[in-house]
Amino acid sequence: MGVEGIGASVVRKEDKRFITGKGRYVDDIKLQGMTHAHFIRSPHAHAKVKGIDSSAALKMPGVVAVLTGQEIVDDKVGNLICGWAITSKDGSPMKMGAWPAMAPETVRFVGQAVAVVIAETKNLARDAAEAVVVNYEELPAVADVHAAIKSGAPQLHPEAPGNQVYDWVIGDEGATDAAFAKAANVVKLDVTNNRLAPNAMEPRAAIADYDSAEEHFTLYTTSQNPHVARLVLSAFYNIAPEHKLRVIAPDVGGGFGSKIFIYPEEMVALWASKKVGRPVKWTGDRTEAFLTDAHGRDHVTHAEMAFDANNKITGLKVKTYANFGAYMSLFSSSVPTYLYATLLSGQYNIPAIHAEVVGVYTNTTPVDAYRGAGRPEASYLIERLMETAARQLKVDPAALRRTNFITTFPHQTPVIMAYDTGDFNASLDAAMKAIDYAGFAGRKAKAKADGKLRGIGVSCYIEACGIAPSKAVGSLGAGVGLWESAEVRVNPVGTIEVLTGSHSHGQGHETTFCQLVAERLGVPISQVSIVHGDTDKVQFGMGTYGSRSAAVGLTAILKAMEKMESKAKKIAAHALEASEGDIVIENGEFKVAGTDKAIAFPMVALAAYTAHNLPDGMEPGLKESAFYDPTNFTFPAGTYICELEVDAGTGKTSFVNFVAADDFGRLINPMIVEGQVHGGLAQGIGQALLEHAIYDASGQPVTASFMDYAMPRADDLPSFNLSHTTTLCPGNPLGIKGCGEAGAIGASAAVINAITDAIGKNNLEMPATPDRVWRTIHAA
Amino acid sequence: MYQTVYHRASSVDEAVALFSKSSEAKFLAGGQTLLPVMKQRLASPTDVIDLGKIKELQGVELSGDVLTIKAGTTYFDIMQNADVKKATPAIAYLTSVLGDPAVRYRGTIGGSIANNDPAADFPAALLALGATVKTNKRSITADDFFQGLFTTALEDGELITAVSFPVPAKAGYEKMRHPASRFALTGVFVAQTKSGEVRVAATGASQSGVMRVPAIETALKANWSPSAIDSVSISASNLLADIHGTAEYRANLIKVMAQRAVAAAR
Ligand SMILES: Cc1cc2nc3c(=O)[nH]c(=O)nc-3n(C[C@H](O)[C@H](O)[C@H](O)COP(=O)(O)OP(=O)(O)OC[C@H]3O[C@@H](n4cnc5c(N)ncnc54)[C@H](O)[C@@H]3O)c2cc1C
Repeated sequence: MGVEGIGASVVRKEDKRFITGKGRYVDDIKLQGMTHAHFIRSPHAHAKVKGIDSSAALKMPGVVAVLTGQEIVDDKVGNLICGWAITSKDGSPMKMGAWPAMAPETVRFVGQAVAVVIAETKNLARDAAEAVVVNYEELPAVADVHAAIKSGAPQLHPEAPGNQVYDWVIGDEGATDAAFAKAANVVKLDVTNNRLAPNAMEPRAAIADYDSAEEHFTLYTTSQNPHVARLVLSAFYNIAPEHKLRVIAPDVGGGFGSKIFIYPEEMVALWASKKVGRPVKWTGDRTEAFLTDAHGRDHVTHAEMAFDANNKITGLKVKTYANFGAYMSLFSSSVPTYLYATLLSGQYNIPAIHAEVVGVYTNTTPVDAYRGAGRPEASYLIERLMETAARQLKVDPAALRRTNFITTFPHQTPVIMAYDTGDFNASLDAAMKAIDYAGFAGRKAKAKADGKLRGIGVSCYIEACGIAPSKAVGSLGAGVGLWESAEVRVNPVGTIEVLTGSHSHGQGHETTFCQLVAERLGVPISQVSIVHGDTDKVQFGMGTYGSRSAAVGLTAILKAMEKMESKAKKIAAHALEASEGDIVIENGEFKVAGTDKAIAFPMVALAAYTAHNLPDGMEPGLKESAFYDPTNFTFPAGTYICELEVDAGTGKTSFVNFVAADDFGRLINPMIVEGQVHGGLAQGIGQALLEHAIYDASGQPVTASFMDYAMPRADDLPSFNLSHTTTLCPGNPLGIKGCGEAGAIGASAAVINAITDAIGKNNLEMPATPDRVWRTIHAA
Repeated sequence: MYQTVYHRASSVDEAVALFSKSSEAKFLAGGQTLLPVMKQRLASPTDVIDLGKIKELQGVELSGDVLTIKAGTTYFDIMQNADVKKATPAIAYLTSVLGDPAVRYRGTIGGSIANNDPAADFPAALLALGATVKTNKRSITADDFFQGLFTTALEDGELITAVSFPVPAKAGYEKMRHPASRFALTGVFVAQTKSGEVRVAATGASQSGVMRVPAIETALKANWSPSAIDSVSISASNLLADIHGTAEYRANLIKVMAQRAVAAAR
């Protein structure tokens, strides 16, 4: 490893611009003649739109247009799609309720847009919006999954009787029933995985610019995957053919999944820009973020685990109700199915698993992938079950896990996934050592003497990332392939531009991706720049989510690098009058191995472009591209252990220690990995203790601002004690597994296991607010 | 439609005069409540009269047994002030757990009590310490000043100039912070006056705003110690209940915070 190569904690190149306020986000962009959009949103969870009177608004100063849902439908802009087809157990396809970009007839959640005002300024648009009179006829609404599936419940979509999207199953029911019939012990648990609002720091925004002469659109948008956005806008929403639509996702301030999806606001901005003949800008505010960014999680689950007399797991049965909100968002259908139920084996040898997932419509904001997407729900369930089992079977929770760990690889689980490698004992050992697990009993006794309730909680998570082999996901219903693309452009003077289909919105690609180039060529990272986020500059790519950018995106870069290096070696060999096989790359030079004959990389590049003296038949130039499709998912795994104290008087939790031992395969930049883990842990702990997007029974959101929705702050969190136990991923040449979601996946179970240990009661829902913990302690 | 005229007053008299000339004016202190409300378009004053540059509204004075905090003094300045720390450290502590740093740098004691949010911290201190609110027109005792949720004895256009606190024998404050906003989920201020009277006030708990807690006052009068509160029973009826705390939880918090405030009292 060089000072800037793989494994070096290089300071992030992009931070200078972020920290000095020089970042360029969508809202920073101002176009000539730009107008501003303000959406008129439903205050009702469920209502008929009887009429929209915009006559007064149209007379107000600066108003350019008021456009309605009926007009967007009349103009044949397509309904929003869900890109992963799920089939119910009876063989029927999932039931899709129509979702127009603005509601022409029926609104189904608070915040759904019915019309948009376009005006000269944002404030004038907002003023005029207050003068638009929308006549609603309120309908009964339902926000809770259990209420929604009851007979007689308000119905959301005629396409989905009983508000059911699908009833999907995985695993072998017969084998699972047989395991339960023979079980020595059965452990049962009901858990709710609380709904979360993602809250990226930068709210969503879009600027659409239609050029009537070229019939060409440019869209600046807060997207994690601009090419996918262009594809969907072109192929399904009839905005424009792909070559007439340029999508730019400039600096993007956080996504966590919520910026994967194509939202109504982008569609409306594009359509409106053509209608009014001027650029249209929309920047959401925090309230709109709470109301319209796709939420995460929201499962209600009953699970049972069967054990034999030796405390070995013999079977697992799971039934989950997943709340999808009012409409099926872009990848929502896959989250509680293929991203959740396929991980229900956890780190354990479980011979038989059967899971059933019922997807349900409710009058709430749509739910889709949020950091971890399905895997946090699976990991939380399994790790709560293991803890419950240890308590019921009266064995040490760490020992029970060890008894059941998968120790030989590859391992085929009964739920599709084939784990390639791992060492679950190693990460458990490392975490137990880091927290002095053996000394806990003494610490608990001492705390008790001081009047404190102390607890410890273990969570051994596994996840599947690096999504994903295109053929595999295609066979499971995905509408896209999940490969990645790269192009390596060597300039004539030897500087390098790497064009990637991955998109950085906090991950640090502009640094880590350069580190690979530095590692291979021995050039400083200052000689390399990463180009991403613009469909006009970068070849088609799939974007960033599911901790895929290093395992898939960086591997694509490696493949392109290898092609480029191979050509460069030929050029160097020709110049040095040596054989290609003898050329080695060292410290920015191409050398004849074992001699002092060398040519600097910039001279190789120059030779490629002057083309005065290339090997016969070689094309000039030095630019190569690659598409890389992984052969398997990657399986990051690890153990988190949390030690905390609960104040019996108030129910408040204080952390004593939090240790994380992760196996992410090879680390490119350990500092950036650490940052990713910190952020993930904050989100996992936030889910466990603080965050909850709540609706009342009539579908009104109760937590639509930071005054009510508790985001974790630095002083809510402990100092994290991180370590790594590494097994290299055999599935990609760099041995990378991915680290972006682990913290959010593994942390919440560790926290709840620790609190329930401290208070000596096993049943406690998230978020474990002081009030809830206090009531649990004092419940009869 | 939402335009407003901004005025910067340089004296109390000028501020009051500007107010009376405008049709729907608002005084602006730290702006931590007023500005968010205006941004949400829930308030649309025709005129905003900024008190921030009025010298006579700034500062703290300790004279004998009376600590006077001028209305425009920020929480941060109160927290740092040597006289406050000496006379009534519980007030300094209260400001240290109020909101977050941004709120503490901008927010003022005058704005806090004029607003009288049912979960604000300062109203509890005023009520427990038996403070007097000084305005451009009169003096009002804390018992008379706070009149329920967001309601005070202030008349339209009346300007708070200062708050005078009798220096107590002992006082303490403890607060369970609201997990999202950092307001008081419940906060209890306990005070023993130099004449031996005990006053206890709770904020964040009651449906009718800041309140005295007579049962705890009686218990502490008999025995100034946390254990004296063990046997007190607090009814949950008329207490606030929301997603962050049931009424029963708040009833419990009144006791627990009172006990901890007594333990911390100096
Ligand atoms: C995120 C956040 C967290 C907060 N947390 C807490 C907390 O933990 N505890 C807490 O107590 N508060 C909290 N607050 C509220 C904060 O204390 C406000 O500062 C306070 O409520 C108002 O004070 P201000 O100086 O900002 O007043 P402003 O917002 O400027 O004014 C508020 C009202 O008081 C009137 N007013 C102001 N000064 C005078 C005066 N001298 N005479 C007459 N009327 C006047 C104004 O006209 C206006 O109606 C929080 C606020 C925020 C935004």
